[in-house]
Amino acid sequence: MSANLILEYALSYAQIAMVVAIGLTCWRIIRGPRAQDRVLAIDTMYLNAMLLFLLIGMGNGNVFFFEGALVIAVLGFITTVCAAKFLMRGEVVE
Amino acid sequence: MSHLGDLPPVAAILIAIFVVCGSSLALLGSIGLVRLKSFYQRLHAPTMSYSYGTLLIVLGSMAMFSLLEERPVVHELIIGVFMLITTPISLLMLGRAALRRDRDAKLGHDEIVPPRVVPEEIQSEALRDLSQYGEGKLDRGLLSPSSHE
Repeated sequence: MSANLILEYALSYAQIAMVVAIGLTCWRIIRGPRAQDRVLAIDTMYLNAMLLFLLIGMGNGNVFFFEGALVIAVLGFITTVCAAKFLMRGEVVE
Repeated sequence: MSHLGDLPPVAAILIAIFVVCGSSLALLGSIGLVRLKSFYQRLHAPTMSYSYGTLLIVLGSMAMFSLLEERPVVHELIIGVFMLITTPISLLMLGRAALRRDRDAKLGHDEIVPPRVVPEEIQSEALRDLSQYGEGKLDRGLLSPSSHE
């Protein structure tokens, strides 16, 4: 078994694990008892999607998936901060 | 996958170990998000995928593209530094929002933002009116829920 085949299997396992993780966070978004659970689950889902993009980029040998991952990271941060502000004060921009 | 054949075997195995460890830690963070009982326990679970999952996968990606293109490729460090900066901010704000909502729920205001103090009451006796605009002032109705109804 060559080393490249091991790396190929490792990348496939990592992508499948990220998809399973996104499914688990979706379960928490649907079942979350209160709003802060859903916001936390959305934040984790953004993170898992970003890691999935990085892994797909590694699997394809394509550097441009990195930019999509960076956009997802920035959007996830802004989404979480706005949702937390809204939950705390009832309005986003005071 | 043709591009994987250009890697040296030792580097390929190292990158495979990094990727498997990072994705397993991220998966563990999501499993913890599902299995833990209360919100404040769940707040700790995704930090594993935030810190170690991102670190290991970014390191593996940097090593792989640096070896493939035979020059140092460090732009994945932007994601690492960004995650390092933004994770404490977002989780701290979420925890503070949850604390405030739990306190409001305990005082009988579930899912409702506490009422702002009306301007006529600003001039009256203030408990801790620090900003002089009624921001930190306690509403009397919050302290005695019986009179609130």
